[in-house]
Amino acid sequence: MSEDAHQQFEPKVIAYCCTYCAYTAGDLAGSMRLEYASNVRVVKILCTGKIDTILLLRAFEEGADAVYVAGCALGDCHFLEGNLRAIQTVAHTKKLLAEIGLDPGRLEFFHIPASAGPLFAQRADEMTARARQLGPNPLRAKVGQPAGGKLARDPDGHLPLPEATHGRLIRQAERISAAASDSETGA
Amino acid sequence: MIVGERKPLEQIEAMIEGFEKILIVGCGTCVAVSMAGGEKEVGELAASLRMKGKLEGKQRTIDEITVTRQCDKEYLEQLAKYVDQYDAVISTACGAGVQFLAERYDDKIVLPGINTRFIGVAEGAGVWTQRCMACSDCLLDRTGGICPMTICPKNLLNGPCGGTNGGKCEVDGEKDCAWTLIYNKMKKIGRLDYIRKIQPPKDYSAMTKPGKYTHEAFKEARKEEEE
Amino acid sequence: MVAGFRQAFEEKDFVITAEVGPPKGTDIAELESHIDLLKDKVDGLNVTDNQSSVMRISSLAICRVVLDHGGEPILQLTCRDRNRLALQSELLSAHVLGVRSVLCLTGDYISVGDHPQAKPVFDLDSVQLLQNVVLLNGGKDLAGNELKGATDFFAGAVVTPEADPIEPQMLKFEKKITAGAKFIQTQAIYDVENFKRFMQQARRDGVKIMAGIVLLVTPGMARYMNKNVPGIFVPDELIKEMAGAEKGKKLEAGIRIAGRMIKQLREEKICDGVHIMAIGKEECVPDILAAAE
Repeated sequence: MSEDAHQQFEPKVIAYCCTYCAYTAGDLAGSMRLEYASNVRVVKILCTGKIDTILLLRAFEEGADAVYVAGCALGDCHFLEGNLRAIQTVAHTKKLLAEIGLDPGRLEFFHIPASAGPLFAQRADEMTARARQLGPNPLRAKVGQPAGGKLARDPDGHLPLPEATHGRLIRQAERISAAASDSETGA
Repeated sequence: MIVGERKPLEQIEAMIEGFEKILIVGCGTCVAVSMAGGEKEVGELAASLRMKGKLEGKQRTIDEITVTRQCDKEYLEQLAKYVDQYDAVISTACGAGVQFLAERYDDKIVLPGINTRFIGVAEGAGVWTQRCMACSDCLLDRTGGICPMTICPKNLLNGPCGGTNGGKCEVDGEKDCAWTLIYNKMKKIGRLDYIRKIQPPKDYSAMTKPGKYTHEAFKEARKEEEE
Repeated sequence: MVAGFRQAFEEKDFVITAEVGPPKGTDIAELESHIDLLKDKVDGLNVTDNQSSVMRISSLAICRVVLDHGGEPILQLTCRDRNRLALQSELLSAHVLGVRSVLCLTGDYISVGDHPQAKPVFDLDSVQLLQNVVLLNGGKDLAGNELKGATDFFAGAVVTPEADPIEPQMLKFEKKITAGAKFIQTQAIYDVENFKRFMQQARRDGVKIMAGIVLLVTPGMARYMNKNVPGIFVPDELIKEMAGAEKGKKLEAGIRIAGRMIKQLREEKICDGVHIMAIGKEECVPDILAAAE
C-alpha cells in the first residue's frame, strides 16, 4: 500500500478504560474541552484486571487497527492489583500477536491517572497516529469472512444416562429414566 | 492435578496444514485449572489460528467447544452431533483425554493441542511444580511427605548423592535437594530412624504400562453378573 | 587370587591409588601409556565409568586392559546408565575378566554430560548397589537366585567430607558401611585439619578410608572448584600459595601442595591412604608421589 493510501484510511482504535482512573480522566478531558482523535472508541470496564487475552484478540479479529488498555498508576488501582494483571495480560497478548503475524505495536497498556485529562487525550492521539503509521489491520478486509466460532455454551446440558453394565445400576437407571419421562409427559 | 502447557503455535499450525474445517475441543477440568486447555484457552487458540489463517490466505474455519472432561465417556458423547462435519479435531485435553476422544470418534483425525507436563500443585498464580510420579507404591510415610521419586532427579531411595550443594540439587541450582529436605523434615518430626534404614530397590513392576486398575467393589459386581 | 589392592591394605600402612579415564573412541594408545606410567607406582588404578555423564569406553573393558598391562584395576560402577540386570551382569563379567575391586557410585546426572536427552536409569542407588555386590559375593543375585559361581569383590564407596550440610552425608555414609563398603575414597580435600575432624567421626574397624587428592593446576582452578563443585573447599592460604607462585610454575606449586598433604596424612596416620585424581595430568602423579616423600 502506498504512503498516501496509508494516510487516507481512518484507523479504528479501541480503548478499554477502567472506571476509576482512565475513564474518569476521559470525563475530565471532556470537561476541559480537550480535542483528541475521534477514531478512539472507549469501552468502559470496571477495572483493567477484567481484561482477558480473548477480549484483545477479538478486537483485532473484528478489524480494530489498534487497541489499548488504560488503567490506574502502579499502586493506585482501586482493586489493588487489577492493573498489574492487565500489564501481564497485555504483555502476553503482544507475544501472541507476534506469533499470529500482527505487529505487537498495535497493542499497548497505559497508566492514566484520574486527574490526567490531557494525558488521556495525548494517548488517544498517540495510538491513532501509531495505527496510521502501521497501516490498516490486514484482517480488516476479511472481517466479514466467517471462519468459525463457539459451538455451544453448555454442551453438557442433559447428560445421557451411563451405559449400565452391572445389575444394580441397571435397575437404578431404569427407575430414574422412568421418573424423568413421567415428569416430562406429566408436566 | 494434571498440569499441561499449550503446544507452540507453529507446531499446531503444522498439524492442521491442509485441513479446512477444524474443531477445537477443550476440557474443563485439570487443563482448565492449569490454564492450558480450558474454555478460555480454547478461545485464544481458535482466535489466534483464525487470524493467522486469514493473514496467510488460508481457507479454514475453526470452531470451538469445551466439555467438562474428556476422560469420561458421558461427556465425550456430547460431541457426537458436531464431530462429523470437521476434517480434524484438536483436543486440548491431557494425553488421556486426547486418546479417549480419538478412541470414541475413531474415524476422525484427532490432534493434541497441549503437552501434558506432570501431576503437580499450584505454587502461585500461573506456576506449577511436579509433585508425583504415579509410581504406584507410595513411600511418602518414610520420607516425611517429600517424594524422592519426583523431587530427586535420580530418584534415590537412599540419598543424598555427592552432588548435593548447600541444600540445592546439582542438576538445577534453583531446585532443592530432595534428600536435604527429607533429612531436615524427618529431624523436625523426630523420625530420622526411618531414613537410617536402608531402603531396598524400588519395585518398578508396579509401574508397568499401560496400567489398568479396577476398583475392588466393581470386581465383585462383575462376578455377580457372571454367575 | 586375592586382588593386589585388597592385599595392599594388609601389607602396608598407607595405600595409594590413582585414576585413569577411558577415552571417547577406540584409540587407547595414550591411555595405555598412562597405565604403564602409573601401574607400578600405585596399589590400584581406578577406571572411571562414563565420567561426568560423557559417553566413553566402558570401565570394564579398560579394567581388562589394565590387567593385561600388569596393573591392578578398580572398576568404577555408576547407576546412571544400567538397570539392576545390567549392573549385576557387569559385575559377573568383571569377576570373570579378573577384576576384584569395585567402587559403587550413584553417578552424575544425565544433563551434565554430552547426551543430555538420554534416558537416565538410576534403577539402584549406590547403597543398594553395595548390598547387591555383597549378595553376589555370597553366591546369590538380587532376585534370590543361586549363582553358578559367586564373585569375590572388595567393595568401596565415596563420601564427601566437606559436604554442607554434613549430617545427611554422614547418615548416608553409615548406610554405605552397613551395606558392605569395605573401603572409602573421599571427594577431594584440601584442609587437613577439617579432614582430621571428619576422620574422628568416620574411622572404624574393618573399613579403610583413603583421602581424595585432586591436583591443583592453576589458582583459577582452585577458585572455580571452591565456587562451583559441591563439597570441595579450598582454603584461602592454598589459593594464595597458588597465586603467589611464579608464572609457569603454578603446576609445580600444585604438585608441592598435593605432596605436602599426602606426607602429612601419612606421617600423622590420619587415614589409610590417598586416592590421587589427576585426570588430564596423569604424568604429574609420579612427581606428586616424589613430593610426598
